[in-house]
Amino acid sequence: MCIIKRWLIALALGMALLAPAAHAEYGDVVLNKIAEKNGMRPVIFPHWFHRLRFTCGNCHNENGFKMKAGSNNVNMGEIIDGKFCGMCHNNQIAWGPERCDMCHSGKPGLSGGILRGNETLGPGSM
Amino acid sequence: MNALIVKRFYMNNWFFVRWVLGLAAFMMLLADASGAAANAWAPLAKDDLHDPKGPGITLLQEPSEGLGTLPRDKVGNMVNWVQAVSKGVISPLRVQNPSMGNLPPMQEPEIMMDKKGSMNMVLFPHKVHTMWLECSNCHPAIFETKVGASNIMMEKILNGEQCGLCHGAVAFPPTDCNRCHSVPHGSQNAKPAGKAARP
Repeated sequence: MCIIKRWLIALALGMALLAPAAHAEYGDVVLNKIAEKNGMRPVIFPHWFHRLRFTCGNCHNENGFKMKAGSNNVNMGEIIDGKFCGMCHNNQIAWGPERCDMCHSGKPGLSGGILRGNETLGPGSM
Repeated sequence: MNALIVKRFYMNNWFFVRWVLGLAAFMMLLADASGAAANAWAPLAKDDLHDPKGPGITLLQEPSEGLGTLPRDKVGNMVNWVQAVSKGVISPLRVQNPSMGNLPPMQEPEIMMDKKGSMNMVLFPHKVHTMWLECSNCHPAIFETKVGASNIMMEKILNGEQCGLCHGAVAFPPTDCNRCHSVPHGSQNAKPAGKAARP
């Protein structure tokens, strides 16, 4: 019995690792609630890129992004008004919102969410 | 007929068959691990997310360029983010929280968690978290400020709650058990649950 179990575990591990590998970087987020409906590519948000430069609390604060994936209804109007991405993407700290293709860089048809990890299903607080 | 031959071979050599299949699975595992080590970060054009035809693709920073010089890790982004800060390789800013300034990490106490038996105890280091996070990111919505009041459970963590809100999404995943469960019962560093008397 023990051998069967061990073998099954080994097989399961092997199968899991053979599954089509996702190449997205750990923590990448796809935003596509409204982008494609409005004729734009989905937005790819790379956590790693921002983490190299800023602390978590810099964006995840009372004026910014809730941590729970999908709980932020980000739209261009608010970004241009200096909220969400617009806190930095204002041509002062980072490139401005007129450079559409820098952020709207995803493949068509992607569904939104955080990649390469379990979903953040938590209470959606800061 | 063929099925019968296979079945008979299996009946006579079941141990060997299982051993070989187990070995094959193990080899696949090794191959995957070494592949991942050699090619830690996929180019943006091949990450299954970015549109290789998009105009931004040549302008965006590649993960290998941004992450390649940081201390390495075996999980997550394949870099040790805490070491990257503590060794001064990166200095992430708090530009949106000017009242905080870019303060050095606060010297908050470490918390020893020891409620359930068999795993090593968890020594929660406040300091490496306050490098990145404001107090309000965790307290009081996710964790009570009172030690022992938060009822932390692996089931919730694996479901993306509590520690799992970040560990498994952006911070190192909870599959790396011993990184948190680091203090053996009865060891020199073991202390009663609560604020550990360490600087």
